[in-house]
Amino acid sequence: MLRCQSLTRTYLSGGRPLTVLKDITFTVPAGGFVAIVGPSGSGKTTLLGLLAGLDRPTAGTVQLDGVDLAALDEDGRARLRRERVGFVFQSFQLVPTLTARENVLVPLELAGDAGSDAGARADALLARVGLGARAHHYPAQLSGGEQQRVALARAFANRPRILFADEPTGNLDARTGATIIDLMLELNRDQGTTLVLVTHDPDLARRAGRIIRLADGRIVADEQVDARVAV
Amino acid sequence: MSGVGGARFVLRHAGRELRAARRRLGLLVAAVSVGVAALVAVDSFTDNLRASVRAQARDLLGADIALTGRQAFTPRVTELLARSVRRADLARVTRFAAMAYVPRTSGARLVQAAAVEGRYPFYGRIVTEPAGAWDALQQGRGVVVDPELLAALDARVGDTLALGEGRFVIAGELRSMPGDVGARAALGPRVFLPARDLPATKLLGFGARAEYATYVRAPAGADVQRLAADWRARLQGERIRVRTVGDDQRRLDDSLGRLGRYLGLVALVALLLGGLGVASAVHVFLKQQQETIAVLRCLGAGSGHLLAAYLIEAGLLGLGGSALGVVLGVAAQQALPGLLRDFLPVAVEPALSGRAALTGLGMGLWTTLAFALPPLLAVRRIPPLAALRRAYESERERAARDPWRWAAFALLALTVPALAVLQVGDLRTGLWFAAGIGAALGVLALASWALVRGMRRWFPHRAPYVWRQGLANLYRPANQTVAVVLALGFGAFLLGTLVVAQHGLLAELDLGGPAARPNLVLFDIQTDQRAAVDSTLAARGLTASAPVPIVPMRIRSIRGRAVTELLGRDGGTAGRREGSNAWALRREYRSTYRDTLVASEQLVAGTWWSRDHLPPSRRPAVPPVPPVPISVESGLARELGVGVGDEIVWDVQGLEVPSRVASLRDVDWARFEPNFFVVFAPGALEQAPQTWVVLTRAADPAVRGALQRALAERLPNITVLDLASIAAALEHLVGQVVLAIRFMALFSLLTGALVLVGAVSTSRLQRRREAVLLRTLGATRRQIGRIVVAEYLALGALAALVGLGLATAAGWALARFVFDTRLAVPVAGLLALGAGVVALTLLVGVAGSREVARRTPLEALREG
Repeated sequence: MLRCQSLTRTYLSGGRPLTVLKDITFTVPAGGFVAIVGPSGSGKTTLLGLLAGLDRPTAGTVQLDGVDLAALDEDGRARLRRERVGFVFQSFQLVPTLTARENVLVPLELAGDAGSDAGARADALLARVGLGARAHHYPAQLSGGEQQRVALARAFANRPRILFADEPTGNLDARTGATIIDLMLELNRDQGTTLVLVTHDPDLARRAGRIIRLADGRIVADEQVDARVAV
Repeated sequence: MSGVGGARFVLRHAGRELRAARRRLGLLVAAVSVGVAALVAVDSFTDNLRASVRAQARDLLGADIALTGRQAFTPRVTELLARSVRRADLARVTRFAAMAYVPRTSGARLVQAAAVEGRYPFYGRIVTEPAGAWDALQQGRGVVVDPELLAALDARVGDTLALGEGRFVIAGELRSMPGDVGARAALGPRVFLPARDLPATKLLGFGARAEYATYVRAPAGADVQRLAADWRARLQGERIRVRTVGDDQRRLDDSLGRLGRYLGLVALVALLLGGLGVASAVHVFLKQQQETIAVLRCLGAGSGHLLAAYLIEAGLLGLGGSALGVVLGVAAQQALPGLLRDFLPVAVEPALSGRAALTGLGMGLWTTLAFALPPLLAVRRIPPLAALRRAYESERERAARDPWRWAAFALLALTVPALAVLQVGDLRTGLWFAAGIGAALGVLALASWALVRGMRRWFPHRAPYVWRQGLANLYRPANQTVAVVLALGFGAFLLGTLVVAQHGLLAELDLGGPAARPNLVLFDIQTDQRAAVDSTLAARGLTASAPVPIVPMRIRSIRGRAVTELLGRDGGTAGRREGSNAWALRREYRSTYRDTLVASEQLVAGTWWSRDHLPPSRRPAVPPVPPVPISVESGLARELGVGVGDEIVWDVQGLEVPSRVASLRDVDWARFEPNFFVVFAPGALEQAPQTWVVLTRAADPAVRGALQRALAERLPNITVLDLASIAAALEHLVGQVVLAIRFMALFSLLTGALVLVGAVSTSRLQRRREAVLLRTLGATRRQIGRIVVAEYLALGALAALVGLGLATAAGWALARFVFDTRLAVPVAGLLALGAGVVALTLLVGVAGSREVARRTPLEALREG
């Protein structure tokens, strides 16, 4: 499902090259659940950006669902994202001028799918995350946990083949965060989505079947975890 | 923290913030500077104009005193002048309209002829090409003409010019003459001829209208005003007007002052819109500073101190903006004399007026503080807790409880009338203007608010996604939509009102179209020339209207009181202004007689005479049985103080004709038709000496030209008014006035654009986040671009809708109450203006959003 080969990303910082990621290679099979962990500045977010096609690598390749990202231009990658990729962010990232329901509809509408099916799907997803009654509220009228649930519904709206989540519980208290993760994993199971999760929360990481540890832009460990020990 | 320490903190913090805020509050500076620039441009220009008038007033008149009348001066007048002044200090000019004809080119045109005798003008320099032509004229050789005449007749210096039956050599063209107003040459180019050649033209015969003027150079050291007052007293009842340089200067000062006030008002609006920009810039600035302020509060800064610091900062920036505005205004005022060239009787040297600069600085600073204060008050309400977490209470809730807020708004509400009164320099007028500005701003604000709310209420839920997203963006948190619509809408409103008013005025002049109104008027046709005129017209296939008789006459007495007596009562007393109705008593009336009302007339009092008001046996009767029924124009009746039933005795070429007012009429003077102050019932004037007017229509300018040539050759005393060329000249003049006002109105639109720039940069961060997010969710660059376009298209359309809608309403009010015309909506003009406003909005919006689409989606993760 996701294959990256010798990924390297170098930025120019103050005129000097700064290598943030170096020679990253791994593969995630369809339906897998991988957690990427590491301390701040280890390159987690950069890696996620490269994997999702939000940024281009300095060297190396990414294949997402069999498509080589390097072969696509930015708009081509945007099309790929709206067709096969879902996102969940630490700070929810809802469009403040749209209601909850409209936020869920955005990926469908971007893809040109704005029929009644889309509306029904948005309503069903909102009901699934427990916000059926708040569909017409604006993000500012929702609590943090509720906003992240809307974001989850949005992430699954386009039936993504792969979901990238970046510290999805970082801005939430422990109890709310746990509910969100449960919900995300349920949706993941329902739809057979591949899940790539970036976090520095070890408890959360242990719920994944596999943990890739980063330090200073390199993979320092890539271990299978027995999911059953998870909380 | 208090006392000296507090004050020190206030100043230091203001200074530090200023260093950091230069970029963020650049908008505030720009908004103030545009408004101040408009104000300084107008004020400085008006000051310079006044100074020029003062310096050139004597040149304008060309003499110290001028005496003018509609008849050749009586011996009594000439004797008085001869006794008072040396012969060399008197000059006579006789002005009249006539057809000029150049045989070589066969060109003919109506001109303003002036026969000059003596050393006129005593002051000011006349420049001719070739030089010396004016001296030649004064020695009795040749004529001097306006260059416009040479152009119109395709003639050149050295050609022979026919004026009536006289033949002259064109000795030169007039390059400049003191007091020249360009507008004048457009309506009728001038021909100056030596007075001794006047009889040869045989033009001042019966029925001709002329103005007789004598110019006087006062003896050195004489008190001109006293001399003039003395003459006025002695010449009572002589139907002569005595003017001095001082009178002319006062009159010019008045009208230029008025011009300055109107333009200044438009400038004031630009400044007030700039104030809106200030408020919006401060609002945004505080939003960004919220955390800093909360932290400073945590560290112990008093809320009052912080407010003072930011107020000082705003004041300094406002002062800087005002200073920049003064510089820009001085630059902009260079353009005004050019725009108003055809209306200015004096040459204006643009220079910095200290008064205008100081006023601009003061008003700029005041506006900045008054508009910055209400949003700045929020500084006091930011709780220290905000440094730690988001407040539970919204700013709106806190603000509602702040009593100072209302004080700040009251100060703001007082600012408008205060600035208006200062600008106009007169309490009453200032308050009226303020009420006008306030009402216009209020209505616009209300309309903007209603439209924005209305769009939210009836949101197009079925529109394509990019449109819905673009429209939804207009309601993003802390949006400035209403402010932008108001600011841009005001510019559109000002310009739109001009378009509507100009169109309405010009539509009145339109001679074409299905109505096919006459476009040639033939004046001064003698009774024995009527047949020749008919045949000349018929030869060119033109049909003439029924000839209208014109009988020149003067008022001898009203209700038994002689005019001389009435004039003595109202005017003429030493130094006092003449009675307002002096002109009506003194003038020569050109009346007609007929038995029906015409289209441009409406009876408002009394009754029209029936066809047989006299027994058939008495028709036509000479002399009639007095008094004759007459109908008087309602405005004139007011001036003369007469009503239905009053008796007026007329002097018709020396013969007394008693009349009785039988009715009053309203006359639509805007119609290009022979309209009359006084209409006599048929039967009384048929045998009086009279001339005739004939109207005709020739669509083809070539035919009009040929007819004028033919008449100038064969019947040179007949003057032909080509209404089409007059309409064109008027159109040009109206266009010039409109251009000058439009120039000022552009400042408003510019401020509107600045408010928009502010709003765009306000939401830049937010829009960048949104765009990046949408990119992450799979939106293409194109889709993002279309959302931006949709947003600003909608915003521009709202502003255009509000502005042009109100402009149409204002145009209707102007047409109905001021110009007294019907509303004609210039659809094409308004649409073009609307498109311009939308394009401007789109341009500013899209230009400000370029970087939004450039950002890479990765930032959504980074900023998370």
